[in-house]
Amino acid sequence: MTSIKKTFAIKGMHCASCVRILEDALKTVPGVSSATVNLATEKATVDYDPASVTDKHLSSAVSNVGYQALIADEMEHEDAERTRKQKELSQLRTRVVFSLVLGILIVWGSFPGIVNTSPQFMRSFWLQLVLALPVQFWAGWSFYRAAFSSLRHRTANMDTLVALGTTVAFGYSVVVTALPQLVMRAGIEPMAYFDVSTIIIGLILLGRYFEARAKAGTSDAIRKLLGLQAKTARVVRDGREQDIAIDQVIIGDILRVRPGEKIPVDGVVTEGSSAIDESMVTGESIPVDKGPDALVIGSTINKTGSFLFRATKVGSETMLAQIVKLVQEAQGSKAPIQRLADLVSSYFVPVVIMLALATFALWYVLGPQPVLLLAILNTVAVLIIACPCAMGLATPTAIMVGTGIGAQHGILIKDAAALETAHKVRAVVFDKTGTLTEGKPRVTAVIATAGHTEDEVIRIDAIVEQSSSHPISQAIMEEAHKRNAVAPTSAGKFEAIPGNGVRGESDGKVIISGTERFMQVNGVDTAPLRADIDGLLDSGNTITIVALDGIAIGVIGIADTVKPSAHAGIAELKKLGVEVAMITGDHTRVAKAVATQLGIERFFAEVLPEDKASAVAKLQQEGKTVAMIGDGINDAPALAQADVGIAMGTGTDVAIEAADITLVNRDLRTVASAIILSRKTLRTIKLNLFWAFGYNIILIPVAMGVLYPAWGILLNPIFASVAMAASSISVVLNSLLLRKARIS
Amino acid sequence: MTTDQGIVIIIAVLGIAGVYQFFLGKRTKAVRVTGDIDIVVDGGYTPDTIEIPSGKTTTIHFFRKDPSSCLEEVIISEFKIRRALPLSERVDVQITPEMPGAFKFSCGMGMYHGTIIVR
Repeated sequence: MTSIKKTFAIKGMHCASCVRILEDALKTVPGVSSATVNLATEKATVDYDPASVTDKHLSSAVSNVGYQALIADEMEHEDAERTRKQKELSQLRTRVVFSLVLGILIVWGSFPGIVNTSPQFMRSFWLQLVLALPVQFWAGWSFYRAAFSSLRHRTANMDTLVALGTTVAFGYSVVVTALPQLVMRAGIEPMAYFDVSTIIIGLILLGRYFEARAKAGTSDAIRKLLGLQAKTARVVRDGREQDIAIDQVIIGDILRVRPGEKIPVDGVVTEGSSAIDESMVTGESIPVDKGPDALVIGSTINKTGSFLFRATKVGSETMLAQIVKLVQEAQGSKAPIQRLADLVSSYFVPVVIMLALATFALWYVLGPQPVLLLAILNTVAVLIIACPCAMGLATPTAIMVGTGIGAQHGILIKDAAALETAHKVRAVVFDKTGTLTEGKPRVTAVIATAGHTEDEVIRIDAIVEQSSSHPISQAIMEEAHKRNAVAPTSAGKFEAIPGNGVRGESDGKVIISGTERFMQVNGVDTAPLRADIDGLLDSGNTITIVALDGIAIGVIGIADTVKPSAHAGIAELKKLGVEVAMITGDHTRVAKAVATQLGIERFFAEVLPEDKASAVAKLQQEGKTVAMIGDGINDAPALAQADVGIAMGTGTDVAIEAADITLVNRDLRTVASAIILSRKTLRTIKLNLFWAFGYNIILIPVAMGVLYPAWGILLNPIFASVAMAASSISVVLNSLLLRKARIS
Repeated sequence: MTTDQGIVIIIAVLGIAGVYQFFLGKRTKAVRVTGDIDIVVDGGYTPDTIEIPSGKTTTIHFFRKDPSSCLEEVIISEFKIRRALPLSERVDVQITPEMPGAFKFSCGMGMYHGTIIVR
C-alpha cells in the first residue's frame, strides 16, 4: 500500500480534548494509517492511502465531529499536479538522453557511410546488443507496459505499435547476432538493426517529451486564472483590522482593500472609492472607477484609493471561481468536428497492425531480394510511422487554447460546440435596451394636454409606476423624485402588462400608462397628443402616454444613451461580413432613430418579449447562422432560439443558463472578438485535422512501399520515427500558435 | 509460388482475421451501478461499460494504475467533464444524468473508450 502524508488546517479547535476527538475521527477513516493533530498550530497531519481516501473523506470525518478542515484548495492541487508533471518530465528526459546517446553509438558502429569512421569494436553486434538491451527494456519499458495493459482489454494504442515495431527490429537483430548462419542460409547478409530499435525508441520518447511540454501550455489559461486568486483578506471585525486566510472570509464580512492590493472576494463597496483594474477577469484594459454601492470583483487589482466593501460572494460562488468552472467545463466538452477523428481513432491501431501484416506478406511474396529483410524493415516502418496521437490531439488542444484565450479576453464559452458554431455566424441580432444602450433610460420630455401640468402628469403616472421594476418606470420615478411629485400612496389593483404598460387605480380613478397600442386597446384617444408623440418618436425617444379615467392627460419622452462601444462594435462586425440587426419592443420610429444612429440597416421594432425568438427564427429561415446578443434574462427564449446565444454579463453572475457565450465586459467590440476567436480556432482545428489525416493517409502507403515499383523509394524506419514524433508535436505547436492570435 | 510464400500468406491472412476479431470483435457486458463504482484505469477502463440510473447521482472513482500518458486524462464530454487522473490516486467524478442513453467516455486523445449507459 502506498501512503502519502497531508497536513491541513483545522478550524474550530479550542481545547486539548479537541485533539483527541479529531485524531480518533480521522483514524477511523478506512485507509488512514495515522493522524496527529496539533492544537498550537491548529493543524492535522494524516498518513493515508490515496487509493482509498480522498480529501472529501478527511473533510467529512472532521466535520462530523463539529470542526472544519481547510484542505488544499484547487490552487494547491494545481501546484501538486505541476510538481508531479515536472517530475515525470525529468524522468522522461533521462530516458531520452540515455537512449539517444546509446543509439548514436550504435549508429556510429553500423550506419552505412559513417561506420568506417568508428573503431572496430564498435562494429561488434554483441557490443551493440549490450548497448541496445537497456534501451529496449528499460527506456522502452513504458511502451511494453502500456501495450500489455491494453491487450488485456483487447484495445491497442500508439504504444502497441511502437512496442511491436521495435521488438521486430530488435528480435531480428538478436537472431542475426546469435545465429548469423541462419540468415546467411536464407541468402541474407547478416546485418543487425539495433540502431533502428534504439533510435526509434529515443526519438519517440523525445517526441513525447516535447509533446508533454507543449501540452502543458494548452492548459495555461486555467492555471493563470487560479493564480489570480488572492491568498489573504484584511477583515474588519470588532472594529479591528486583521489579515485572515481567504477561505475564512464569510459573506457579510467588511473587508479593507488598500492601494495596489488584490480584492479578495466579490462584494459591494460600502465606503471609499478607487480605480480598479479588472482586465484579468473582464479583458477591459482601462481601470474602472468604483464608489459606494458599486460591485467589485474578487482577484481584480485596486489601483489608487483605499476602500471598504462587504463580501457578497465567497469560495466557489465568486466570479473567478465561476469563470474557472465554465472554462473547465468547456474544455471537457467535445466539438462536433471531432467526431470523425474519434471514429477513425477507435479503429486506427488495429487497422495499422493489419496493414503491417499485409505489408510483410506482400514484400515477402512480391518483393525483390533479400525479401525477408525488406519485408521486416517495411513492416517496422508501417508500424512506426502511423500516428493516431496527432488525430487525437488535433481538436482538443485547439479547443483548450481557444477557450483559454477567450477567458482572458472576457469571452466565456459554454462548450466546444458553441465555439465551433460561432465561426459560421453570418447575422448578429442585438437586443436594443441594455445591450446596445446603457439600459439606464431617463426622462427627456414631459408634455401635458390642455388643463394639466407637467408635474401633474408625472405625479399621476408615478402612482402606478412605483409598483413596477421596469427600467422605464424607474426613470419616471427618478423624474418624479426630482420634481418632488411622488404621491404618498401607491395604486390599487396594480397590473403590469409586459411590452405594453401598467395600470392601476387611485382614489377610484383608473390610471393607465404605456404604449400607444396599449392606449388603443384600452380605448384611449391619443389624437390630441399626435404631434407631440411624433416629435418625440422621431428624435429617438420611447414614449409613455398617461391616461386618467380613459382620457390622455400627457406624454412622457424617455431616452436611453447608446453605449460608447456600440459604433465600433457594429463596425467591426460589418468588417467581418456579418449582417447586423436590432430587435426592440420600442416603437418603430424610436428603433429607426437608434438604428440610423448606429448604422444598423435592419431592425425589428414593437416586438413583444415573447416574440423575440420568432424574429430570430425569421433570420434563420433565410439560411443564416444567427447570433443573438442580449442580457440573458428578459431575452432568454431568443438566446436559446439563436444558433449562438451571447449574453452580456451583468454583475458577477457569469453562468447564464440560456447563453452559449457570456461576455464578461460590457464592451460591444467583444462580440466581434468572439467570432474572430471562433474562426481562428476552427481554422487551427481544420489545419490540425488536415495535417493529422493527410500525414497518415500519405505516409502509411509510402512506408508500405507504394513508391518502390515506380521510383525505388522506401522509407527507412528511423526516418519513419522522426516523422511520427514530428507529427504530434506539430499539431500541439500549431494549437499553441493560437495564443499569438489577435482577436481584438 | 513457393511453399514458404504460401505459408507466409496464410499466416498473414489468419493474422489479419485474428487482429480484427481480437480488437474489433469484442463484446462487453455492462456493470449495473447504484451509488458509486470503482473504475481502474490500466490499459483501458475496468469495467469499461457501466449502467447507471437516470435522475440520481452516481460517483465514479477513477484509479489510474497505468503510467501511459495516453490515459492521464478522462473525458466524459456529454457531462462536460475533463479530469486529470494522477497516477495511483483516486479521483472522484460525480454525474447526475437526466436523460436515458449511452454516453461515451474516453482518454484525452480518444484512444481508450468506455460507455455509460443511463437507464
